[in-house]
Amino acid sequence: MVLERYRPLIEEFEAFLAACERPLPSVVRVNTLKASVDQVREALDADGYAYESCEWHPELLRLETDHPGNSWPYVHGWIYGQEEVSALPALVLDPQPDDRVFDACAAPGSKTTQLAALMADTGTLVANDVNLGRLSALRSNAERCGVTNCVVTSKDAQTFSLGPFDDEPFDRALVDVPCSCEGTIRKNPTALDEWSLDRVTGISGVQRGILERAVQMTRAGGTVVYSTCTFAPEENEAVLDHVLGTESCRLIEFDTPLTTRPGITEWNGEQYDPSVGRAKRIYPHLNDTGGFFCAKLEVGS
Amino acid sequence: MTDNVSHRFDRLPPTSADCVVSGRPSRQDVLEWWDERFGIDPAVFDGYSFWEKGAGKLWAFAGDVPDPITVEALGLTALRVRQEHWKPTTDAVQRFGHHATRNVIELADPEARTFIAGEDQQLAWDGDWGYLIVTRSTVDDTEPLGVGLYLHGELRSQIPKGRRRDID
Repeated sequence: MVLERYRPLIEEFEAFLAACERPLPSVVRVNTLKASVDQVREALDADGYAYESCEWHPELLRLETDHPGNSWPYVHGWIYGQEEVSALPALVLDPQPDDRVFDACAAPGSKTTQLAALMADTGTLVANDVNLGRLSALRSNAERCGVTNCVVTSKDAQTFSLGPFDDEPFDRALVDVPCSCEGTIRKNPTALDEWSLDRVTGISGVQRGILERAVQMTRAGGTVVYSTCTFAPEENEAVLDHVLGTESCRLIEFDTPLTTRPGITEWNGEQYDPSVGRAKRIYPHLNDTGGFFCAKLEVGS
Repeated sequence: MTDNVSHRFDRLPPTSADCVVSGRPSRQDVLEWWDERFGIDPAVFDGYSFWEKGAGKLWAFAGDVPDPITVEALGLTALRVRQEHWKPTTDAVQRFGHHATRNVIELADPEARTFIAGEDQQLAWDGDWGYLIVTRSTVDDTEPLGVGLYLHGELRSQIPKGRRRDID
């Protein structure tokens, strides 16, 4: 059992395992570019859908249906199906109207559309994904949500060039990387069937490359948020530790209404930079969500 | 006059006098079309630039990028031109259709369900034939759903396959 390797890290480990066995409710995020939370609630009430708000973020609604896609609010682009904890990194990045923002691994677009909404659909949002097959989903989701400030590109984020953008750096970057997806087991019980340590090690190389490039493309004083949906320190703190050594950046503290645990500074005999403790680990049993990892970096000169 | 480069986004020229690509409409042409066909005030598009990629596919973009630019998408697809009747997209109608004052047909719930399922239906309409903005009433407003083609007493749904739904 893959998750056994985290027993030394997690208090109440049995509660953690039990939470991982429970399925997650269907959660939607209100797309504030097209509708207000009140409008969506009224529409759901009128159509007889039961729901409750997530305590920590009123734009997230837990719906009692497995088919939110067949509702009028979905057709109107008022809601987007999104696992609730995955709404965290865009909030931590906190993009402002008129910013230039880079979304390194954007497909299928839940975080992209959330970033566009936080930017009030102003400024320029470059949504990139290397996987051409997933781009159609990204484009279709962005268009259904009425996003008009978004540029979709399909490059390897590790070697992304600012050339087509007149070499102008970004104000902020979201680096929500491909990962071993351990934290999504409640949504997808087969998520760990393909798990291997070789795969974790291999993917962490890609994660380092993407985060390094994102830091390089962000202006001095700008913000980069790094996130994964996995518990593996090799893909989380070890990636941060590496980038702290190769790029000009530092980890900064941030607040979140979710219950979290700090990043770990030691794993399997390796020591990490103490500042990785400013990152946050989110475990399924603490908030009844999926698992997640999130860190906020400030880019230096 | 030069030809359109199919894989690249080029910004529309401000007026037809500035046009260097044959067959390409100007920004002014696009604003006038929305105004004439649907009564949408040109000021609605003040924050947007229009771009062509592919022959006659126009995109509306609120951001700022160099012109021309080779990327996968820029804002949202808005309009098909270079054909006899210009055709707005579902996405543009959902985004900007609230501002329309002409050629808007509001459907009652059963008709709206038929429309969003992608099916054609017989309906009475005493306005212009051609592309209409189709809306449905919601709790406190009306919401644009997409484009319908009205001909001979029939409203033909133009909802793209991937966006059709059987509403629960």
